[in-house]
Amino acid sequence: MRADIAFGQYYEGDSFLHRLDPRWKILFAILYIVVIFLAKNVFSFVLLILSAIFLILLSKIRLRIIFRGLRPLIFIIVFTAIINIFWLKGKTVLVDWWIIHIYLEGLVNALLIVIRVVILVAGTSILLTYTTTPIALTDGLERLLSPLAKIRLPVHEFSMMMTIALRFIPTLVEETEKIMNAQKARGADFSTGSLVRRAKALIPILIPLFISAFRRAEELATAMECRCYTGGRGRTRMNVLHSTWRDLVMLLLLCALGAAVVLINIYAPGYTLAM
Amino acid sequence: MSDIIRAEHLSYSYPGEEEGQSVQALRDVSFSVKEGEFVAVLGHNGCGKSTLAKILCMILLPGEGKLYIDGKDMTGEDVTEEDIYEGRRKVGMVFQNPDNQLVATIVEEDVAFGPENLGLPPEKIRRRVDWALETVGMTKYARHATHRLSGGQKQRIAIAGAIAMDRKCIIFDESTAMLDPHGRKEVMDTISRLNREEGITVIHITHYMNEATMADRVLVMQDGGILMEGTPEKVFSQPEKLWKAGLDVPQTTELLWYVQQAGYDVALDIFDPAACACEIAKVLKGTPHGRDNA
Amino acid sequence: MAEITLENITYVYGKGAPYEMRALDDISLIFPAGEVTGLIGHTGSGKSTLVQMLNGLLKPDSGRVLLDGKDIWEEPKNIQQIRFRVGLVMQYPEYQLFDETVEADIGFGPKNMGMDEEKIKEAVARAAEFAGLSPELLKKSPFDLSGGQKRRAALAGVMAMEPEVLVLDEPAAGLDPGGRREILGRIREYQQKSGASVIIVSHSMEDMALYCDRVLVMANGKLVMHGTPAQVFSRAEELIAVGLDVPQITRVARALRDAGVDIGLDIYTVKFAAHRLLSGREFK
Repeated sequence: MRADIAFGQYYEGDSFLHRLDPRWKILFAILYIVVIFLAKNVFSFVLLILSAIFLILLSKIRLRIIFRGLRPLIFIIVFTAIINIFWLKGKTVLVDWWIIHIYLEGLVNALLIVIRVVILVAGTSILLTYTTTPIALTDGLERLLSPLAKIRLPVHEFSMMMTIALRFIPTLVEETEKIMNAQKARGADFSTGSLVRRAKALIPILIPLFISAFRRAEELATAMECRCYTGGRGRTRMNVLHSTWRDLVMLLLLCALGAAVVLINIYAPGYTLAM
Repeated sequence: MSDIIRAEHLSYSYPGEEEGQSVQALRDVSFSVKEGEFVAVLGHNGCGKSTLAKILCMILLPGEGKLYIDGKDMTGEDVTEEDIYEGRRKVGMVFQNPDNQLVATIVEEDVAFGPENLGLPPEKIRRRVDWALETVGMTKYARHATHRLSGGQKQRIAIAGAIAMDRKCIIFDESTAMLDPHGRKEVMDTISRLNREEGITVIHITHYMNEATMADRVLVMQDGGILMEGTPEKVFSQPEKLWKAGLDVPQTTELLWYVQQAGYDVALDIFDPAACACEIAKVLKGTPHGRDNA
Repeated sequence: MAEITLENITYVYGKGAPYEMRALDDISLIFPAGEVTGLIGHTGSGKSTLVQMLNGLLKPDSGRVLLDGKDIWEEPKNIQQIRFRVGLVMQYPEYQLFDETVEADIGFGPKNMGMDEEKIKEAVARAAEFAGLSPELLKKSPFDLSGGQKRRAALAGVMAMEPEVLVLDEPAAGLDPGGRREILGRIREYQQKSGASVIIVSHSMEDMALYCDRVLVMANGKLVMHGTPAQVFSRAEELIAVGLDVPQITRVARALRDAGVDIGLDIYTVKFAAHRLLSGREFK
């Protein structure tokens, strides 16, 4: 009936990346970030770009979607680029006019930083949010962190909270819509007037929403108790995560990329990133 | 057959706002439910049905009285937490609001929630979940998102979640109240199949009289106590008493009652439209019209 | 008193998306002034969408909604005025209660209408009486009321705006038989005393049969039947064909005819069946 609420940014699919074990995916994302920050040399950046293209191809996600995901970053990208172009001093002067001095080094540096930010965001989104459901991510995170439960960190509780939140988001969104319509039917007006007036107009929505959320929480707690929930202790899971050959392949590829980047940094000549 | 539930003189009071102002929700309730039985509980809002349900699931502890689950005393001095869990494992509950009892976003993961809490090995959980979904006829929805299902489907998932824990008895606390007629039929069909084919004991709390006619036995509650008890035939044969308690009777019974009031000798305990018509036709055609209504 | 006319209303959810659905398909009908009209249909038949058209919560993709002959979307800016004239009580309306006292909550609508204090008080008192809420309840917090009282407080909140048309989506859902009778009786009484037009949406054939002057039946976004309860329920086969049920008593009447006692097929209440069956006899 109503438009479905998109959860995070997950895109349904069955690609190589979709089928990786979520635990490994979290580790891969961390590893990829490390490799990105290791890259200092122009040649290693070329390698990074190639790796990002490879990831996009592997995920089978359309370019348009990935560009859309980068849109919120435009401000940061432009800002860092400007700082690098105008403030970084180098040897080769390109523009020297009044108080503006632009050096070749600054320009290249800005370009590399922009590439780094874009690959960082696009790469991790492809590895994690685009190809993994939030529930699988939560699950993976819980299992990765499960050793921490030994030092009394509430790993299970955290992941249970996430699971329930994900489960109830659509319910509460629907409920908000219903309450808004009900109050509109009694003449409530949410779209005109000063900011204070509009904030005040939200009270008839927020109070019923909170009360309903508390009632739901209470009922859910009772229902969970009836289903013998007693916290994470002694609990097993139906779905056991299995590492497959895909995870091994991905791990090897990432290690190879890391090694290549490090080697290029050491041996290949060329421009090196300043910051 | 043995009693799965036996309640003796149960009482319960909710604490009031001020001290000494408690509200008595249950008073001196005694009854028992045999294994494999289908019992319906009727009563208007606030008559204590839901409190009773919560006590039977051991969410609330009775103030007074004894409760035996599968022969085991749940109200004694020496009851441990383990005993309570063991009791909850035997008696499950399906609630009124389908939205507020599903925990997971994916159907089969929700059904697995109970067995996971019991700490069963993964293969066993998988078998139980598959069986439970099959039993409620929702196998094809195993990988669907729970929030996209209809009300009736959500309740069937809740039922699957309850039976996946290998329960002997399930309490339905007005589980059909928020559903449309189609959803209600879906859930009632599922409930009666569970009872007939899987031998699961059912305690069904409801406002709908025609649902109560499906039961083996009906309990009518009023003001925290049991007003009437017996087969649906016996209970619905006393419409005046039910009307006084703010309840209804099936329309067939109501019509037969009018016919009876008019001086004809008819039975009231008929719930099937065709059978009801036969009964009326029998007396109306059997006696010439114009018999006086004394 | 006001009459609502729908002319060729069409509404599509999620236009252009893969889940696009035609909720209302070229619907034309009249809700006559001063009558209780029942709107029946299974879930997804489009009846809830239709209800939201009547007070301008949704705007039709094509077609017109006329209130006393005037298009409600003529001046979109004034749609709020339409909502005061066409009061809508949504499903489970008790979940919209929010204010500190029942009185203030019922007064929310009149306040939005711009009434002065004195008038609000009067409107609240009148509405509370219609809804069967005793004056001492008005000072309480709405959250301290019982389930049935909350429902009636929410109903009063819409009645207090004294709408010319009162629309109710499943007003008796989830209530016990006593509660159902009470709330539907109150609505009927309100209609008789205020002369407003009332539109009730419900799944319950039994309730519709008892409380409505005329019945509309919807299926798959279309109007499939309309008429008095007697006319509609005498077409039981067609109702069953569109996924609806008929009152049990209607089935009894059919079975009686088959058994050789013909009391007609236009039977929809038990009292009426008894009357036909035992004509000439007195009942309480």
